[in-house]
Amino acid sequence: MQSAVIVFPGSNCDRDMAVALETVSGQKPHMIWHGDSELPSGLDIIAIPGGFSYGDYLRSGAMASRSSIIKPIMEAAQRGVKILGVCNGFQILTETGLLPGALMRNSNIHFVCKDAELDVVNTDSKFTSRYAGNTLTSIPVAHHDGNYFADNDTLDKLENDDRIVFRYRSDINGSSRNIAGIMNDAGNVLGMMPHPERAIDKKHGGTDGLPLFESLLN
Amino acid sequence: MKVRIFVTLKDGVLDPQGKAIHHALESLDFAGVNGVRAGKLLELDVDPSVSREEIDKMCSKLLANTVIENYEIELAETALEPNS
Repeated sequence: MQSAVIVFPGSNCDRDMAVALETVSGQKPHMIWHGDSELPSGLDIIAIPGGFSYGDYLRSGAMASRSSIIKPIMEAAQRGVKILGVCNGFQILTETGLLPGALMRNSNIHFVCKDAELDVVNTDSKFTSRYAGNTLTSIPVAHHDGNYFADNDTLDKLENDDRIVFRYRSDINGSSRNIAGIMNDAGNVLGMMPHPERAIDKKHGGTDGLPLFESLLN
Repeated sequence: MKVRIFVTLKDGVLDPQGKAIHHALESLDFAGVNGVRAGKLLELDVDPSVSREEIDKMCSKLLANTVIENYEIELAETALEPNS
């Protein structure tokens, strides 16, 4: 499995993401700087990691989503290459328009940093096939802007098309319909606020993130 | 030429920041405030050759996220001159 991790100024989960990808695939990911305008050929998965790209200037993910590396990422998405955006990566994916909606300030204003209980709502996706159906999953969250917003028509469409992949068991940030992660229409782009790369080893306190990375091998 | 761009949250979009500011005003005993919405003001210094359409594009492509935000463009050529 050929993978790439995109690194922006302010990314801080890029190394953890690389470790997770290498753990399941045995192959070192390409670390790609945001200023590059080309991606290596033959990629199976592109990961956009968490962090605070550009210090969250203007809006979380706004600056990063206009970087030169975004154009080849959009083209790769069109070709069906899998794209995983975690936390700031999710915010960047909504800002590029690859995923609908927006991530706003948490409704209670507080930065939320804890293990979040999630439902894996869709276990048929390219990202979640290794999860058993309707299982409770615990994955860490750490964000200030994780309050997912979209208009009702978009939310209905996401729901009807099984594009809501993860939901919080309880309301932790004000997200519409407790959305924690969604996919694009084609099912090859996933954005999620929880950090699966922080739950792949017993020493992390849990391994509930591991099936996500194992699903990528399929 | 100075251009002011006001970015505000659309109606119906929850504004936690505005709500917190509202509560803070109440806790300072300011009465009669019915609501607060927080937004952003961006001030651009642009060449006179830049068209209104281009500024509009700047707003829709980067400065505002039109999923959740509205924007207003105000040309403020004279009002922002240092000695006016």
